[in-house]
Amino acid sequence: MAVRDYLRERFFPHMWCPGCGHGTVLNNLLRAIENLKIEKNDIVMVSGIGCSARISGYVDFHTLHTIHGRALAFATGVKMSRPDLNLIVPMGDGDALAIGGNHFIHAARRNIDITAIIMNNRIYGMTGGQFSPLTGYGKLATTAPYSNIDHDFDAVSLATAAGASFVARTTTYHVKQMADIFQKAILHKGFSVVEVLTQCPTYFGRKNRAGSAAEMVENYKKSTTPIGSKASQENSDLIERGIFIEKDLPEYCGEYDKIIQKAMKGK
Amino acid sequence: MGKPKLKELNIRREWCKGCGICVSFCPTKVLELDEKDKALAARPEDCTCCLLCEMRCPDLAIEVILENE
Repeated sequence: MAVRDYLRERFFPHMWCPGCGHGTVLNNLLRAIENLKIEKNDIVMVSGIGCSARISGYVDFHTLHTIHGRALAFATGVKMSRPDLNLIVPMGDGDALAIGGNHFIHAARRNIDITAIIMNNRIYGMTGGQFSPLTGYGKLATTAPYSNIDHDFDAVSLATAAGASFVARTTTYHVKQMADIFQKAILHKGFSVVEVLTQCPTYFGRKNRAGSAAEMVENYKKSTTPIGSKASQENSDLIERGIFIEKDLPEYCGEYDKIIQKAMKGK
Repeated sequence: MGKPKLKELNIRREWCKGCGICVSFCPTKVLELDEKDKALAARPEDCTCCLLCEMRCPDLAIEVILENE
């Protein structure tokens, strides 16, 4: 099956701006699913609100377009009732870490078998370019015209500290790595977090004079480096990409089944 | 299994938004934007079938079709 067979083509061309990295995330997520040969009916994609969340409208899986920040809560409900299904939850950085910050850390802590994708474009794009939890200190946004004084999260450290059993980061430049990480994240039994650095040329790029979409993508090549590389040891400003955490931990639905068995003993 | 050979670069003009990412990153400069800012395979004979344009296209508008596929 080709990537296009997983699309709801009637909704194309999609609504994302020219050069928006979210389309590249969709593209390579579908490639990963194609490589894994997962049946459309075995996938549930749950999204919240924002540019990122529109992704669920374009894929021909079971999809839920839910409320801001709460996609993981809905996904948890689906997974608990149908643990056999693959749950994929793409979120924006604001959706995942501001509005949905609590749902995010607790889903990670429970280690429920969901693949969470943080599409980090460092801005609230849909509502007009307000600064988000990953905008970063000193950057410009519609609501920070004299520069942002909020420090950003490190999404990888946050997910790791919260207990996610798979944590990775990649970018829209490194597409082969992106598809490969998505495959591993989907196969991983437990809570998987994949942060993808994805360009918003319309708001973040324009406000911060980051150039065209292609220049922003090129910048991901220059500003990132593989985990533990020599370049990373020499220059701490470089952002590391790759798989940070991949470990086997008891998964939530499996643990819940054990509780049911305990409670049913002798009945 | 020889070298992959290009049959066709299938570009859906109605999906392409002309961001130019494919043009910028093609290692052999096969692609250009036409007068309407849509991606165009100007030099398909130079294509090495690396698939990077297809994978990076944010509009999912490019499909690299190989011979014997």
